[in-house]
Formats: sequence, structure tokens, C-alpha cells
Amino acid sequence: MTRSIALHLGLIAALVAAGLMLPAYHQGNLARILVLATYAMGYNVLFGYTGLLSLGHAMFFGAGMYGLGLAMQHGGVPALPAFGIGLAAAAALSAIVAMLALRTIGVAFMIVTLMFAQSAYLTVLYFGEWTRGDEGFVLQQATRQIAGLDLTNPLIRYYAALTVFTAALVITARMMQVRFGHTLIAIRENEERTRMLGYNTQAHKFAALVISGTLAGAAGASYALLFGYVGATFTSVQYSIFPLLWVLLGGAGTTIGPFIGTLFMFYLIDTTSGFTNAYLMIVGLVLVLLTLFARAGIMGEVRKRFAPWLP
Amino acid sequence: MEFGPHLLLATLEGAVGAAVLALTALGLSLVFGVMRVVNVAHGEFYMLGAVLAWVVATAVGGHPALGFVAALLIAPVVAAIIAAIADLTVLKRVDYDPEATIVATIGLLYIMQQAALMWYGPEARAVEPPFNHRLAIPWFEWGENGFEMYYPWGLSTTSYKLFVIAAALLILAGFLALMTKTKIGLVMRATQLDRDTATTFGIPVERVYALVFGLGAGLAALAAVLIVPITQAHYLMGHDPLLLSFIVVIISGLGSVRGTLVAALLIGMSDGIISVFFSPTLAKILATLLVALVLVFRPQGLYGKKPA
Repeated sequence: MTRSIALHLGLIAALVAAGLMLPAYHQGNLARILVLATYAMGYNVLFGYTGLLSLGHAMFFGAGMYGLGLAMQHGGVPALPAFGIGLAAAAALSAIVAMLALRTIGVAFMIVTLMFAQSAYLTVLYFGEWTRGDEGFVLQQATRQIAGLDLTNPLIRYYAALTVFTAALVITARMMQVRFGHTLIAIRENEERTRMLGYNTQAHKFAALVISGTLAGAAGASYALLFGYVGATFTSVQYSIFPLLWVLLGGAGTTIGPFIGTLFMFYLIDTTSGFTNAYLMIVGLVLVLLTLFARAGIMGEVRKRFAPWLP
Repeated sequence: MEFGPHLLLATLEGAVGAAVLALTALGLSLVFGVMRVVNVAHGEFYMLGAVLAWVVATAVGGHPALGFVAALLIAPVVAAIIAAIADLTVLKRVDYDPEATIVATIGLLYIMQQAALMWYGPEARAVEPPFNHRLAIPWFEWGENGFEMYYPWGLSTTSYKLFVIAAALLILAGFLALMTKTKIGLVMRATQLDRDTATTFGIPVERVYALVFGLGAGLAALAAVLIVPITQAHYLMGHDPLLLSFIVVIISGLGSVRGTLVAALLIGMSDGIISVFFSPTLAKILATLLVALVLVFRPQGLYGKKPA
């Protein structure tokens, strides 16, 4: 328990220090990684801990992003309440999807989430008059501030991203210490048996999906607010595959795995896109290699070999 | 154009789409039926067929028919071999676990798509059809001057489009014969029914899987070769066929070739007709949602018979 707290505090302390020491380019990258890692952590709640593989999380990321973006752009809502609208949109969408999709299991669940996400993506394109479709829209610099803090300033933006990341990390880490999280893991390991022991597995799965979707939405809203751009690409299939990749790489069912996976993948793509435009090839290769050789991911292997206490 | 001729035109266009979709979906359904895995990279084998068709047709040169026939023979075989290799090196090693297979085939999807981007490039390229005559279609109407026949402007099809429909029917008949009349078809059906019993009877199940995976990819590639003189080859073209094939397989349920064909006809035709009269995006949204709901409320649509 204490080792686990030390690990998480150490990671956050290192990230706080990194914000001051890193050069501007990497500071900007890391801010992006922190927001995307929040997305991955949300995905991890459902995939890593509950054992449900969704292929449609981009719709929750998009709900947060467009909830905030449209409210600010067309409603003239200030940033903080708009963030709340983004969260509410993601929570509502994930509740609706949960009610329908959780009636299926296994491969059918994957396909249903994929199809819902595809409809969401097409809906964004259909209402191009407001969303501006693939082209997207830019949030005005002047509106992107909370309580007088200018979120376009790189340093403030970095610490804002870190705040969101820390909140998500604390929520997921705490969740895995209490009975609710243990029940989710039990569902992942054997749903039949968990139900037989008297747990309402359906209600737990519902809660897991809503928490997971809302965290993804928080990441989407933060991304729009911090980087000032809202576009349909973020709701496409690709953005549903990314968190799966990050979580698989970092280690599904570990608290800091999603961050490690996002960090690795971001710099892998960043390095390779220097000499090829087919950087998605790397995504494909890593996916295949992971399924073949390292199903547990980086932190999963670390846990298996060196540190069985890893949360 | 009047509504009647317009509808006829939409139906004809829909029939071409349905013919190609039937072949593509049959490949996906075969793989899902026998191997119980979802091949997310199925659309990329379709793309591969189209791109290879362009490569072969360009390399052969001469009369367009020459290149087209060469493409028709070579592209599906190459796609099938690549698929069989992917099966033996990746899918076999994850033991055909359904979820791992989906993740691995998503990986294959990106690898193939990006490989096409690297070597083939981002352009859309056309393959010349072997023959292409414009055929005007007459329209009959009971007008003011009694019964009359005329050729409405724009109501036409091409001989090549009719050839695509005929060729697809021929290939489907051949496939049915393969499944029902030959030893290899029997072996495939035995593996589909009960993998373990088939193993006991000495059927090399893993080789059958490689064959089935190759055959499924080959069907998709064949469909793409047929359609590429009409649509052009592009490295991102695999997306829509994949989604439509998913829809067909989900609606038709499994195990029945007839179900797949009926569903392909239904989906292909309505896709063609709806996108002529309505906004294609709205049609796609509604179709996708509808299919997701079919899967939610009638999951046996995906798994064949309702479990007892």
C-alpha cells in the first residue's frame, strides 16, 4: 500500500518538476501526452479492469470535446461551465451506450461499440454547419481561460493538463483500492462466478462504462480547451483504436500503464514521422507484436517479473 | 428525369453494388463461420485486390482486356497467399482467441493500408475496363398518345456493369459448388460444425484455417478487381466494404450462404437506392445505428441460431 502511494506521488512529483525543466518543445508534447493519457486511463477502467473491450471510445472523447467546443463557440459559454457541459455530454452518452451495448458480450460488444462510434462520427459530419466537419474549428484564444489563468500560456497549459491527469490518476488508483474496483476485477476474471457470489455484475459494468466514458470525455474537453482545436478526426475509428493501443502497450489493468504506453507511443510516432508519412504503419506493427509477444504490456511484464504489488 | 426512370437507374447501380458486396461479405462470413474470428483487415484485402489489379494491368499493357484478365487471375491469388501467411504467422500463434484476433487484425489493417500508401501512393488510379459500351435503356409509358417507348436522357448503363453482375453470379455459383460438391468443401464444413471432432477424424484443422482465411481474402480481392474499372483503386478504399460486410454478416446471421446473399442483395440495393434519393451521410448514420440495434436486441443474428 505505502509502496503504491510512493509510486504515484513520485510520478506526479517527477511530472511537476519536468514542467519546469523540460525545453519548450518537449513540454508541449508532454502536456499533450498527459491529456491523452487521461483518455487512456479512462479506457483502462473498462478494458483493463473490467475486461470489456470497446472499439468506440472516440465517441466519448468526442462528446467531451464537442460538448465544450460547441458550448463555447456557439453558446458563448465561459470555459469552466463549458467543461462541465462536456463532462455531462460524455456521461449522458456513455449511459445511453451502456444501456444498449451491455446487453451484448464479447465480439458483439466490440462491434456494437464500433458501430455506435461510427454513427457518432457520421453525425458530426452531418451537422457540418455547426461542427465544420473534418475541417473542425478553432476556439478563440481570448475565451480559453479559467479564473484569470491564460490556458494558452505553455507553462499554465502544462500544469492544467497535469491537474486533469492527476485527478484521473487519483480516481482510478483509489477506485482499485476499494470494494467497487475489486468487484470489477472479479468480473474481468470470471463474470459468472462473481454473479453467483451475489454481486450485481450488470450494475457494476454499467458504472464502469459510465466512469470510463466520462474520463474519456474529460480528456476530450481538456484537449479542446488546452489546444484550442475541435475536429471530426478525434471521433474517427482511429481515435478509438489509439487508447486500446496505449493501454495494451503500457499494460492493461495497471494504474500507470496507460501513461507509460501513451508516452512511448507518442515519441515512437514523433520520431518515425520524421522520415515517413506512413507513421500508422508503426501503430499496426506494435499492435501485432504486442498480441504475439507481450499481451501484458510494459507495466504488466514489470509486475509479473519484479513487482507483484504494482496496482 | 422522371421518378420511374430515376428509380430504375438507382436499382441498376444498386445491383452492381450488391453483386460486389455479396462476394466481399461472403468472404467475411466464411472466415467468421468456420474460424469463429472477426477479420477486421477484410476491407484491406479488398483494397489489396484493387491495387494489385492496377499494378498487374499496368505491367501487362496492351489491350485493356489482356491486363484485366491477368489481374483477375493474379490479384486474388496473391491476396489469398498473403492472407494465408498472416494466418499462419499471427492468428495461429494467438490460438484464434477472438479478442486477440481482432486486435491483431486491426494491426494488419494499418500495416497493409500504410504499405499501400508507401508503395502505391495516395493517388486514386483507374483500371481500364476490358470493354465498355454505353447501353441506353428504353422506358415505356402510357402517355397522351397512347403507349409509347422512349429513351430518357441519362438512363443508361454500360456493358461492363452488366458483366460485373453476371461474373459475380458465376463466382457465387462456383463457390456454392466448391462448398457442397467437393472434398475440400466438405472438410471446411466439417471444421465449421465441430472443430474437435474434425481433428479426431484426421482433418488438419490448422491448414483448413489457413485455407479458409486465404479463400475469404481472395473473395474480397476478386470483388475489388471486378469493381475497380468502375471506382478506381485507392489505399483507403477498404473502409466502406468492411463496414457494409459487417452489416451483412450481422443481419444474415451465420452459417448460411443463402442468408448472406439475401442480406447482401438487400443492403447493396438499398445502399444504392437510398444514396440516390437521400443524403448519403444520413442514410449511413441510420443504417449503422439500425444494425447496432439489431446486434443488441437480436444477438443471434450474429451467432446464427438462437441458443436453446
